[in-house]
Amino acid sequence: MTPQPAPQPARQPQATVGTPRSRVDGRLKVTGQARFAADHGPADGIDGIVHAVLVDATIGRGRITGIDTRAALAAPDVLTVIHHGNAPRLPYRDNSFPDSIHPPGERLRAFQDDHVRFFGQPVAVVVATTLEAARHAARLVEATYDAEPPQLDLVTAPAHEPDVYTRGDAAAALASAPVQLEMTYRMGRNHHNAMEPHAIVARWDGDRLTVWEKTQWVADPRNELAAVFGIAQAAVRCYSRFVGGAFGNSGRTWVHSVAAALAARELRRPVKLVLSRRQLYFGIGFRPAYEYGVRLGSERDGRLTAVVHDVRGETSRYERHSDDLALGRMLYDTPHFRQDVRLVPLDVNTPTWMRGPGWSTTATALETSLDELAHELGIDPIELRIRNEPADDPATGQPFSTRRLHECYTTGMREFGWHRRSSRPRAVREGDWLIGMGMAAGAYPAESAPAQAHARLGADGTVVVRSASSDMGPGTTTSMAQVAADALGLPMWSVQFQLGDSTMPPAPVHALAWTMASVGSAVQATCDRLRRKAVALAVGDDRSPLHGVPADEVVVRRGWLHARADPRRGETYQQLLARNGRTHLEAVGGYEPPEEIRYSMYAYSAIFAEVAVDARLGIVRVRRMLGVFDAGRIVNPKLADSQAHGGMIGGLGQALLEHTVTDPRDGRILNANLADYLVPTNADAADIRAIYIEGVDNEAAPIGVKGLGEVVQVGVAPAIANAVFNATGRRVRDLPITPEALLMPR
Amino acid sequence: MFPFTYTRATSVHEAIEAGERGGRYIAGGTTLVDLMRETVERPSALVDIVGLPLSDVSATPRGGLRIGALARMADVAADPVVRQTYPAVAQALELSASAQLRNMATIGGNVMQRPRCAYFRDVSAPCNRREPGSGCSALEGYNRTHAILGTSEHCVATHPSDLAVVLTAFEATVHLVGPEGRRATPIGHFLLPPGDTPDQEQDLRPGELIVALEIPPLPRPLRSGYLKVRDRESYEFALTSVAVALHIRGGVIHTAKVAAGGVGTIPWKLPAVEQHLVGRRPSPDLWGQAAERAADGARPLVHNGFKTELLRRTVERQLRIVGGRS
Amino acid sequence: MSTDAQEPELQPEEGRPSPLSRRTFIAATGTATGVAVAAGVTGSGTRPVSATEDVASELADGTTSRVSFLLNGRRQSLVVDNRASLLDLLRERLDLTGTKKGCDAGACGACTVHVDGRRVNACLTFAARLDGAQVTTIEGLTPDGDLHPLQRAFIEQDALQCGFCTPGQIMSGVACIREGHTGSPEEIREWMSGNICRCGCYVKIVRAVAQTATGGR
Repeated sequence: MTPQPAPQPARQPQATVGTPRSRVDGRLKVTGQARFAADHGPADGIDGIVHAVLVDATIGRGRITGIDTRAALAAPDVLTVIHHGNAPRLPYRDNSFPDSIHPPGERLRAFQDDHVRFFGQPVAVVVATTLEAARHAARLVEATYDAEPPQLDLVTAPAHEPDVYTRGDAAAALASAPVQLEMTYRMGRNHHNAMEPHAIVARWDGDRLTVWEKTQWVADPRNELAAVFGIAQAAVRCYSRFVGGAFGNSGRTWVHSVAAALAARELRRPVKLVLSRRQLYFGIGFRPAYEYGVRLGSERDGRLTAVVHDVRGETSRYERHSDDLALGRMLYDTPHFRQDVRLVPLDVNTPTWMRGPGWSTTATALETSLDELAHELGIDPIELRIRNEPADDPATGQPFSTRRLHECYTTGMREFGWHRRSSRPRAVREGDWLIGMGMAAGAYPAESAPAQAHARLGADGTVVVRSASSDMGPGTTTSMAQVAADALGLPMWSVQFQLGDSTMPPAPVHALAWTMASVGSAVQATCDRLRRKAVALAVGDDRSPLHGVPADEVVVRRGWLHARADPRRGETYQQLLARNGRTHLEAVGGYEPPEEIRYSMYAYSAIFAEVAVDARLGIVRVRRMLGVFDAGRIVNPKLADSQAHGGMIGGLGQALLEHTVTDPRDGRILNANLADYLVPTNADAADIRAIYIEGVDNEAAPIGVKGLGEVVQVGVAPAIANAVFNATGRRVRDLPITPEALLMPR
Repeated sequence: MFPFTYTRATSVHEAIEAGERGGRYIAGGTTLVDLMRETVERPSALVDIVGLPLSDVSATPRGGLRIGALARMADVAADPVVRQTYPAVAQALELSASAQLRNMATIGGNVMQRPRCAYFRDVSAPCNRREPGSGCSALEGYNRTHAILGTSEHCVATHPSDLAVVLTAFEATVHLVGPEGRRATPIGHFLLPPGDTPDQEQDLRPGELIVALEIPPLPRPLRSGYLKVRDRESYEFALTSVAVALHIRGGVIHTAKVAAGGVGTIPWKLPAVEQHLVGRRPSPDLWGQAAERAADGARPLVHNGFKTELLRRTVERQLRIVGGRS
Repeated sequence: MSTDAQEPELQPEEGRPSPLSRRTFIAATGTATGVAVAAGVTGSGTRPVSATEDVASELADGTTSRVSFLLNGRRQSLVVDNRASLLDLLRERLDLTGTKKGCDAGACGACTVHVDGRRVNACLTFAARLDGAQVTTIEGLTPDGDLHPLQRAFIEQDALQCGFCTPGQIMSGVACIREGHTGSPEEIREWMSGNICRCGCYVKIVRAVAQTATGGR
């Protein structure tokens, strides 16, 4: 990729960016016409689809000793059963960063050996002409195993060597601190549970493979399937226009996609494979469970002197997934800090990113521990945080690009009515309910990655902008159209942003809250370039009213190119193109993050929660939540609100409901369905509100954004946990907080 | 899902004949279809009974309530007679499942629900309900949601119904019809604890069909209600639940009907609580004393020990809500 | 040979419970002509059809059923695998993919459709049981292709993100309003809790339902 010069600050008026707009694909979505991966079929020209269903291992670790497929193959309408005993050996070329986001290790391969690495690992795929037949035949496949006891205990299993971060002398500072606290927090494993199950339709045309795949990154199935099958990346095309939620679970291409593509190749027919809800718990990654030891040392006035984090987090035996657990290093002015992170390899599928990856985990430990310190010292939790507010990033020494966390606090205190909180726990009672308020802070890196876009202005004055990004829900298609519209001086309705096709100009994985910073900046640069092209054409055209006007003096509003000083002197894009006999004008542009990072750049959150805890029955209900966010420029407040609500409701689940339960005997997941793995329902979400602190961050991205999608969940769980403490006086350090932890004596 | 034949019974007689030949009845299907998809259930013949004329809801002459087995949960919950005479029935129904499922599921099917246990639902795990003699995976496994009452070494799964808790508290009668004709049996005898035969969940003979559930007349005025405790606010099975009905006259409790859900392998009648209440005057102390008896005989497992105390508290709370302070 | 016929229904059957409507079905199939769309398919999946395919033999073993029902106002007469759910029939055979499969177990509501005017989970509804029923999916919510007021409210309130649960939310919301369970935000929340939204749009979903129920903004 060629580095692009950073675009000029836009001189175009901001007409749509910053305004609340309804999502442009809303009509498609409310009418059921938005087509998600599994919806593809004859209407997309994919005829003769057959159905694949995976057979899952029923042991936690060991070897397959036999697979009897006779009954399955004898069943009506069954076409084939593929397993390690009959599958072709696949090339499985290396496919590592930056072509993929695979963690270090050896990725799981589809039917290439007899090893069972975790319960529920696919051991065979059955294909039949109907879904009913395929599902039935999958149950008829009889696999036998030589089982070994799996290693599943995060606390006792041997860990990899720790990843150590240290500054100052934390041990000594801790020992001499006037106030010392020591706690251990445990966070349960969480599954994303996006409403859309993973699904793929795979079709081979000769040596070329096309997949309609649920993915947050259309480049990833392309790169991974090309590597697995030993073909050129250009021989694989991935479509993914609509993604039914992902929250991190579709950043990498999981083994079922290979199984589907393999079946399609063997059968020479298009194959559709949709994971069952149950299979999503086994075959897809998850937010790993953590044990988080925290030791704090502080002065009596609450100023932190030493923080020590001892962390154990789960990964698989064959890959090292590590979350970014850096929040503790930068959030507070802590001179002495040490963090040891130990990955514990277990016989599980490899974990993956889940909303606010790492940062929301650390926030639970760090922000609950701060609340404990505030209570210990009798200092208001917000005052404690303000006393520890750093001037510069304590980890890097760099200045913050923007850090409006203090404003988040003050705004939140005012809007939430923080003054009504009793500093004494268990002081507010309404009937059977104990009422409490809590808060927590959070941050998430404001990062960006290279991205490119293509823009084409048609003779009718409409523009199509394309980039191989994804939209799993935040409204990328809408917000990019806003950016493009402003850069081109067009009304939003005449700009269309297209994504979700691997042949489009490359974009980074739609994750890490960096799509707007990366793709948005690329879209702006591209559209700026296209506008300048049009302006250059106009000012150089002696038939144009703008002939001779300096290009820098031409702006475009609502499709009218005109001289800044004389809005009547101008013409439309249509007139310009028609007169010049052009069918279109186009531009390719991109964004490259600066090579040298001179600032410490983060988005920030301050989350406030009010809970009611039944004093006798221990049930917790969140009455209201407020999130105050410093995320830089907000491109579309309407969509931003939806994202913020979603992050806070996700955090509610993390705090009170969500916990993937495995059987320690064999790794069987015991709540692998939506009736037993509890996610929040409508009734759990009473009063949720988000506020954004105004201000752009032009260091973080040319378009001034810092990213919103992740930080909205960072700090939510500890805010709720702290509110539970304020309500009850009971400190629960294990998430989720369930009634049994709160059955307090009278 | 295994293949099966499908027929519709056009009369009760036809249904029974088909049932006697081994046909499996399907009404709302919300449990059965789900379990067939998991291959926990593998009927080879389904007999659709939902069109049979067994969905009337009516007051009985002496003030009881008769609910046709094929009445939908939503319709029963909305029925004015039900809401007026036995509001606890409507409460239990509206605290069950979701609006969609209540539009599908029938009363008879609700009582017939299979146990809610991860190991039962997972055909790759040993389970005595599915395969007698294969062992109970929950005993030594994860059993937070499991039963503390009515368990045996063969099974510890809870009965998932909310409605059946109310019916058990109110000592409802199950009306059945089968090849041998009609019979009626108390719900307390109809639903069977696992004992040594965990695969036998009901006292149901081949070809038998539930016709109706009948709540006997209870003395009036009657205060009653259903309380359900769960992790999330909606759309979840009970951790604990309690149905209570009290007839208080002259300041004294003359009749007390109490049963609990979420804690038993069947809806769990609490006679010790009832006996402690009868003849006494309502008071907060009385509620607490009676509730102390709620978990008598409880045998907690590794992860569900909290249910013992939670059950007592749920009973106490519901006695207070229904009985008030006076 | 079975025919999968699809033709406009001039006089939709009125609100009878579906399993009792068999007689009307027999009367109706006599008139069912029109374009065969996927004859001879026994499962939910699409399968190439050969003229010689013997559907009668498939019927003879009893594991398939002939059904006829109104789908979005049009009669569907077809032979289905008894195992096929209404959801899979819609999605895999009739190309009505607006109804979504989120859990296939009645635990999420993404597949909510109306059968005989009531909201139900299509995943737990065997297609074979639909004889004589009236089924409405998101594609048939309004007859003329206009948006239903609740659909407009969803867009206006931004009561959606990824959009996957949205068709189910809307079908559920339309029924919720019709049922009259919209007296307060609390009531709406409870009666909309059978539809999980993992993107967390609940606050706005409640607003959209409330706004539509009161017929204003």
